[in-house]
Amino acid sequence: MSSIETTTAVRKTALNAVHRQLGAKMVEFNGWDMPVEYSGIIAEHMAVRTGAGIFDVSHMGDIRLHGPDALAAVEHISMNDASRLAVGQAQYSALLYPQGTFVDDVIVHRLGEREYLLVINAGTREKDFSWVRDNTRQFHCEVENLSDDFTQIAIQGPKAVNLMEKLTDGDLSSVKFYWFTRGTICGLQDILIARTGYTGEDGFEIYIPSDPLTSAQVWKEVLEAGREFGALPCGLGARNTLRLEARLPLYGHEIFDTINVWEAGLDRFCKMEKPEFIGKPALEQARAAGIKRALVGIQMVERGIARDSYRVLDSAKREVGYVTSGSYAPFLKQNIGLVYVPPELSEIGTELLVEIRGQGVKAKVVPTPFYKKPKKTSATADRVENPSR
Amino acid sequence: MSYPVEYKYTKEHEWIKPDGAIGITNYAQESLGDIVFVDLPKVGAELTAGKTFGSVESVKAVSDLYAPVSGTVTEINSELATAPEKINTDAHGAWMLKIRLKDTGELKALLSAADYERFISEETGS
Repeated sequence: MSSIETTTAVRKTALNAVHRQLGAKMVEFNGWDMPVEYSGIIAEHMAVRTGAGIFDVSHMGDIRLHGPDALAAVEHISMNDASRLAVGQAQYSALLYPQGTFVDDVIVHRLGEREYLLVINAGTREKDFSWVRDNTRQFHCEVENLSDDFTQIAIQGPKAVNLMEKLTDGDLSSVKFYWFTRGTICGLQDILIARTGYTGEDGFEIYIPSDPLTSAQVWKEVLEAGREFGALPCGLGARNTLRLEARLPLYGHEIFDTINVWEAGLDRFCKMEKPEFIGKPALEQARAAGIKRALVGIQMVERGIARDSYRVLDSAKREVGYVTSGSYAPFLKQNIGLVYVPPELSEIGTELLVEIRGQGVKAKVVPTPFYKKPKKTSATADRVENPSR
Repeated sequence: MSYPVEYKYTKEHEWIKPDGAIGITNYAQESLGDIVFVDLPKVGAELTAGKTFGSVESVKAVSDLYAPVSGTVTEINSELATAPEKINTDAHGAWMLKIRLKDTGELKALLSAADYERFISEETGS
């Protein structure tokens, strides 16, 4: 199991003791002591695909921007177009370096007329906050690091809405995917309830005060409410396999400070028609020059599991790329992966080899996302604005 | 979970039965989690004590398998190719392969069930 060495003290979410009481297997992830699994990754993964799963994602960071120039500041530092957001709406986006490569990917929420919340990755909290603060100094806008203020709980799966409606007073079925509302949860008022997630399913993420008592109480009530839907507490193991099946990128894997937007295939979240944003000139040049590698999905044809950083070879056994994420996919029951390869090897059906313990094991390029949630018949879940295409 | 006294154990968490059957311990399957793949050599392959002979993979992790003793592979448990989860449900019954031992004296260097249980309790710090 991979763990990341760090010289600083391991950080804990407000729910750390609760996870340990539940018997979770804990691992270090990006400097955080986090549950990797409770009952088992496969069971947790299937709970999210068929019912509901509950995740502590409090390690994620939060940056609030507010003031007269808040929109201009967000537009300058992010690649998607925040001017399209209504109050109560969110969008997938990214912070870019001037080279057009990734500082991090983020979800931008428009909290108010002049107020935005960026939800960022755990391992990049300090870097992101400094980046946002330093690059918005010219704007009349305050930048606050709220990362330690929230316990963030994700409730994911086809039954997530039913579970959530037991805990809230509001009507959540009218909240569309990638929109949010404020409501009462477990007696706590004015809680941010966002219909977002990182699993390829419908679901919600709630942001509650981070004191351990409140956090533990809400966690318990969510688990209780989920019992009738077969909801399970889920760890980072299932979070990773779920997001991989849905082809959602992970910072440090599919996106990184050496990878640009076109390579990562996130074109539709990058609005080049915006007059200006950090990274735009470099991306114009990169688009004109053409990409040297592209992110594609593979499925193993022969026996073997592609793992992160394994080498990818062409059929003549020349090294042509590498695996960014690879795993057994519990819902699909296949061995899948995401790989960077030259564009000429990115066509669906292209045969590739993954080097596993010195052997070239056959794989082929397949369409992504590997998994797509079944279409809802209701009119409320129409437009899906997440990076899983 | 008890550790059969007739088995011998390694610090890399394999067991070997007197008949030459080799598997991984319950402690190993628990720390790996859901096992989804086992990579084993073919019948006739030579194993060398202390050297890797294959690997076992869970959803999350890849773990090398180390030969407890030297010998020649005589049989492979083909059931594990399609049902690797048997290792999770019955670690001490789900043998991976059988070998003909080169030197039964090598067994003396391995841990007894009691030694192994002491070893893992030290490793987990409990």
